[in-house]
Amino acid sequence: MIGLGHYLAVGAILFVLGVFGIFLNRKNVIVILMAIELILLSVNINLVAFSAFMNDMVGQVFAMFVLTVAAAEAAVGLAILVIYFRGRGTIAVDDINQMKG
Amino acid sequence: MIQVFVFYLFATLVIASGVMTIASRNPVHSVLWLILAFFNAAGLFLLIGAEFLAFLLVIVYVGAVAVLFLFVVMMLDVDFAALRAGVARYWPFGFGLAGVILAELFFGAIAWNAGGIALDGRPAPVAQQSNIVALGELLYTRYLFIFEAAGIVLLVAMVGAIVLTRRKRSDVRPQNISRQVRRRPQDAVVNMQPGVGQGVEL
Repeated sequence: MIGLGHYLAVGAILFVLGVFGIFLNRKNVIVILMAIELILLSVNINLVAFSAFMNDMVGQVFAMFVLTVAAAEAAVGLAILVIYFRGRGTIAVDDINQMKG
Repeated sequence: MIQVFVFYLFATLVIASGVMTIASRNPVHSVLWLILAFFNAAGLFLLIGAEFLAFLLVIVYVGAVAVLFLFVVMMLDVDFAALRAGVARYWPFGFGLAGVILAELFFGAIAWNAGGIALDGRPAPVAQQSNIVALGELLYTRYLFIFEAAGIVLLVAMVGAIVLTRRKRSDVRPQNISRQVRRRPQDAVVNMQPGVGQGVEL
């Protein structure tokens, strides 16, 4: 039978994949943004799984808000990426040191 | 039994496409794998009884966010040599992806006909109302203000994205609407009565 643990395992593996992807693709900001989307998807899987197994709809409401924030984050992140590429002609993360951070 | 099989199918594919998303050399392939991952996650949601979120995931992610990613990836021509190397090479890839999604649709329909997944642990009671009705009743009563806040977040993100990517171009002469509206007839038109054989001094 499929239990809560199965869903949590899928969420955990996806989360680890997202975190791993950030380190794996240090050069490419677009793939880093996609890895962040994977992380948020794993959060959503956890929220929905708990919502179903605890028989509480609030988890799905919050999953919807996570979805909203993820969409907004993708839009703003890609906009920043576009203006960065327009100014510098590259999107390599290693070259982003304009703010001397 | 079919539910267990479909769960493992979706779970395996969502993890495999997650791996391929971060492992692909080509960003376009990454976006396509991300689409497959979200599609499979929607299948997982559907299996557990969260239909509305499943369709939201397909509509918002596959329909909007993934297309936005694809658009930016292609517009920035990050890896233009590889992109241009052969469009024909992507045909089998695209067909394979389409075949996988189609097969999943069939499996999902079979699982839907066989009934929902059997949950162990605390069993969910038989649904009195559909998932979307329950979600809507919660969203428009108890969480109304958070719902409005989510709308404001989206509005701010939209305005921010437009403001960030907008640029002033010096090589075009745009229309200045306020100047046009402010212009009055007495500024623009003049009646003259020139004599015969004489020009007009402007």
